[in-house]
Parts: sequence; C-alpha cells; structure tokens
Amino acid sequence: MESTASECESFYHEKGKYKGILSWLMSTDHKRIGIQYLVALLTFFSVGVMLGLLIRLSLIAPGTFIGQETYNRVFSVHGIIMIFLFIIPGVPVAFGNFFLPIMIGARDVAFPRLNRFTWWTYLAGATLVALSLFAAGGAPDTGWTFYAPYSIRAKANITLAVTGVFVLGFSSILTGINFVTTIHRLRAPGMTWFKLPLFVWTLYATGWVQLLATPVLAITLVFIILGRVFGVGFFDPSKGGDPILYEHLFWTYSHPAVYIMVLPAMGIISEVIPVFARKKIFGYKAVALSAIGIASVGYFVWGHHMFTSGMSDTARIIFSFITFLVAVPSGIKIFNWVSTLYKGSIVGSAPIYFALTFIFLFSIGGLTGLIIGSLEPNLQLHGTYFIVAHFHYVMFGGAGFAILTALHYWFPKMFGRMYPERPAKIGWFILFIGFNVLYFSMFILGYEGMPRRYFDYPARYFPLHLVSTIGSWILAAGLAIIAGNLLRALFKGPKAPADPWGGRTLEWTIPSPPPAENFVETPVIRD
Amino acid sequence: MALNATEGGDHIGSYRTYFFIWAALMLLLVATIVVAKVEVSKYSVLLNLFIATVKAGLVLFFFMHLKYENWFLKGVLFMVLVMLASVIGLTFSDVWYR
Repeated sequence: MESTASECESFYHEKGKYKGILSWLMSTDHKRIGIQYLVALLTFFSVGVMLGLLIRLSLIAPGTFIGQETYNRVFSVHGIIMIFLFIIPGVPVAFGNFFLPIMIGARDVAFPRLNRFTWWTYLAGATLVALSLFAAGGAPDTGWTFYAPYSIRAKANITLAVTGVFVLGFSSILTGINFVTTIHRLRAPGMTWFKLPLFVWTLYATGWVQLLATPVLAITLVFIILGRVFGVGFFDPSKGGDPILYEHLFWTYSHPAVYIMVLPAMGIISEVIPVFARKKIFGYKAVALSAIGIASVGYFVWGHHMFTSGMSDTARIIFSFITFLVAVPSGIKIFNWVSTLYKGSIVGSAPIYFALTFIFLFSIGGLTGLIIGSLEPNLQLHGTYFIVAHFHYVMFGGAGFAILTALHYWFPKMFGRMYPERPAKIGWFILFIGFNVLYFSMFILGYEGMPRRYFDYPARYFPLHLVSTIGSWILAAGLAIIAGNLLRALFKGPKAPADPWGGRTLEWTIPSPPPAENFVETPVIRD
Repeated sequence: MALNATEGGDHIGSYRTYFFIWAALMLLLVATIVVAKVEVSKYSVLLNLFIATVKAGLVLFFFMHLKYENWFLKGVLFMVLVMLASVIGLTFSDVWYR
C-alpha cells in the first residue's frame, strides 16, 4: 500500500483536538507522553545534580557554605528527587513509553488514556514533593528512606513529601499494568515471545515488579501518615509497634525498586551491544530469561539492607544467601554482553562508549554488592561511604549511564536529528573520569570508616573528601558537555535517516521521527 | 448449583450459592477474631493469614468470577499468591527467631 504524506508526517506535526501546550498535556500518543516524561526526568536530574554538588562542596569545608540542618535537608532532597522522580520512573516512562509499542509493532500502548493519566499522576506527585520543599516546616531531613521512628516525629514536611511519593507510586503501578498488558495483547503478528527485543523483555519483567512491589511502598507510606497525623503506632514500640517492621516493609519495595531502575537499563545495553558489535546477541534466551530471574529473585533479598538493624540471625543468613543467588542472572547478562562483543566488528560510535562504561561501572557496583551482601563485611561497612559508593556505581554507573546510552542511541529516532560524535565522546571521557574520581574515593573513605550522612568528620578523612569533591566538578563538566551537545543538535543537528546505526529492531524500519501512528501497515515478523 | 452463562459470556450465580459464600465469609471472620483474641501460639498469625487467604479466594472465585476464567489468569493469581506468601514468610524468619 502506498503511504500518503499525512501518514508519514512526524508525530510532532500531528494535528489533534488541542493546540500548543495542551496538545502535549492532553495527548494520548505514547511518543508525546514519553518525550514529556523525558523532559521532566532530565529537569529533576539537573536539580538532583546541583544538590549533589552542594553536598560535595559542603563536605570540603563543613559549615562554610551550609549549616548542619540544611545539610540534612539537602542530602534528603537529593535522594528523594534522584530516586523517586528520576531513576525509578526513568527508563520505563521515557524510553519504554516511546519505544515499547514501536518495538512490538503496535500503534500505541494497550491503555493510551491510562498512560496519559500516569503522566498527570506523576506531575501531581512531583508537585506535592516540590511543595514539601518550600512549605512552612521545611524540606524533609530524614534521608530518602523516611526511616521510622524519626519520620513519625520529625517536624519537617514529611507528610507532604510522603504523600507525593505515594501518588508517584500509583503512576508507577499503572505504567506497569499498561506495559504488561501491551506486551501480552498488542504484539504484531509473528512477534512471538522469543522474538521480542530484549528491551521489551526487561520492560515486561519490570512491569511485574512495579505491579507487585509498589503497593507495599504505598501501604508503608500510609502507615507513616497515619502515625504522624493520628498517632497510630505501627512502628512505635511504646504502642505495640515495631520499628524494624518499617524497614522490612520499606525495603520489600525499595530493593525490588533497584531492579525497576536497573532491569530496563540492562535492556538498553542488550539492544545497543549487538548493533554496534555487528553481531546477534550471544545467548538471546538466557539474556531474556535472566531478566525474569533477576525480577523474581530480586524480590526476596530486601533483608540485606537490615543486617545491622537487630534482625534475627536466621533471617540474616537466609537473606545473605538469596542475595548471592541474584548475582547469577546478573552475571549471565554481563557474560553474554562480553561474549557478544568477542570477535565482533565493533563500531566506535558514542552509544557503545556509554554502553561499555555501563558494563564496567555496573560490574564494580555489582561485585561490591556481593561484598556487602556477606554478613561479616556488612557489619563493618554498613552505614559508611562504602555503601554510598556502591549504590552510586549501580544507580548512576548502571541506570544513569544506560539512560545516557539510550539518549545517544535513540536521539536520532526520537528527535529526527543527528548529533556530532566528537563532543559526545569528549563529554563521555570527562564524565567517566569524574565519575570514578568522585565515587571510587568513597569506597576508600567507607573502608576507612567514614560514616555516611555525617555533616563533619575527623581531619584524616579530608584528603579523600577533597578528591571526591574535585571529581564531582569534573563529572559536572562532562554532563554539561553532553547536555550542550545534545541540546545544540536538537535545533541545529543534521536530519537523521531512518536507520543511522544499522539497527535490527522495528523502530529502525520507520522514519525518524516516527509518524503519529508508528506504522502505515501493521508489520508482520517472519524470521 | 444453578449457573447460567449469558450470550456475552457473563456468568450469573444463584442467590443460594452467593448466600452460602457470604455465610462462609462471616464464619471465617469470626474465626479470624477468635484466633487473634485467643493467641493460640506464635503460629496464630500464620493461621489467620491462612484464613484470610481462604476468604480472599472465595471472593475471587465466586464474586469476582475467577472460577470461570482460563488457566493463565488463575496461574498469574497463583504466582502473586506464592510471592506474597514468600515475602511474609521471609519477614517471619526475622520475627519468629529474633
């Protein structure tokens, strides 16, 4: 069938019922929703980075730039923004929304209006969190974990922030339902389960985790609100409650949440590596099923966050054992990516630089996770900078670098423009150096006993704090170059062809940027 | 048990069935309260969770018509149930042995 001009017109030029900003806010097009999410995520990421820089600045001269109470609020808000507003929604809502339907040959997600509702819910949750920063009472100072009993008694705007996170959780649950249903019901003819792109497999596993784990967070946060507003003592021993129960409930969600962040990030890497190695992925089925393995086993390891909380020895041994089990499917992915690269004709474009960095940094994050998943080292290292370094290697080195990989890989498809490679690679190099200077120093600081979240410290820790802060400046410079390069390309970059990289998935078979309904005819997958 | 399937595939149960299910739910509610009050042993919680599972199962199967759904949907529910039971079980590996 011949396609008409309007059928091939980009989704940016789609003429709907509304004009201007409303044509975006009221849109049910998965691509428009994905772009809006991406803009919001990157905005919150920028705010989170600024707060992170402020934390590092404060730590080289405690008391000079900000006071103790402000410091507590700054690191709490840094965590809340980065975790709940950026990295948990991160890959699924931006890249998942944009690419999931296209990759399975569908015109949209299963529930487009629900999709729009999740976007509004996200905005509502983000607004509540933002209000908690500026309303009377002051920004939260509990850390992003809202640990009871302090979160019940603290004077800051905990109720408002927790309500915001509660609302954000609903956005996440509904996105999970939408994606799982879309993958079950809207696959193009011939797109069998084992022909699904690996990014889709990880979105599927993530969707289930969002669906099953997030309600636990919701009820936990309701317990905090009930405790603060009505004095109900779920976590107060004097009223028959149990503060360790809070930790159980919180981490029952928040550890699987790590996989909500990292699984789709792994999906991005599984897409990028074969394209730039010019080879099929090594062990497709193992990589696909390992996503399900990580999602399933990852649900049962939360107790490793609580080894020093007063939990029973029996529970500690069980959780430590299961923690080691979850390393197996993660290891499968790493080995299969490396095997895919072996004897490949690797094309040295910007996305592969970021993808390889993901493998390197995530491996460090994962392996140090095994160190602190063991009981004895954990007792020594818990609550130190070692933990801060470990989770930044997993969160930023893993999920963060995967988002940067996705931005560089899918930028031509999403925006229809190419970006210059050289500044992208310079930005990557500076970021890579800055990242390791910033966070590797924290491994050593933690190993030497520097506690996390402390405003001040003994003089012997100063040199490494200084190195780490200098690293934060290098990292920020790298991020600025990357952002500047992509922003410039957005307006002045040359037009992108349909398939600039030689990709094999369906998004590369349609124009850049995609037309409103994605496909003129529903694709049929044959081989 | 009289059950009719309409043209649209909807299943309508008899009042008699629904009444018995409601009565069973009421009895199980009483059982929940008794178990909680009597505090038979440290396994009271386990017993009450079992009773809650039976109650939820009755609601799902009869009132929410899971009984008439295919094996896939029942399988998904079973998976979720196993997951929930495992999470609660792991939590009690702490509570019971603390």
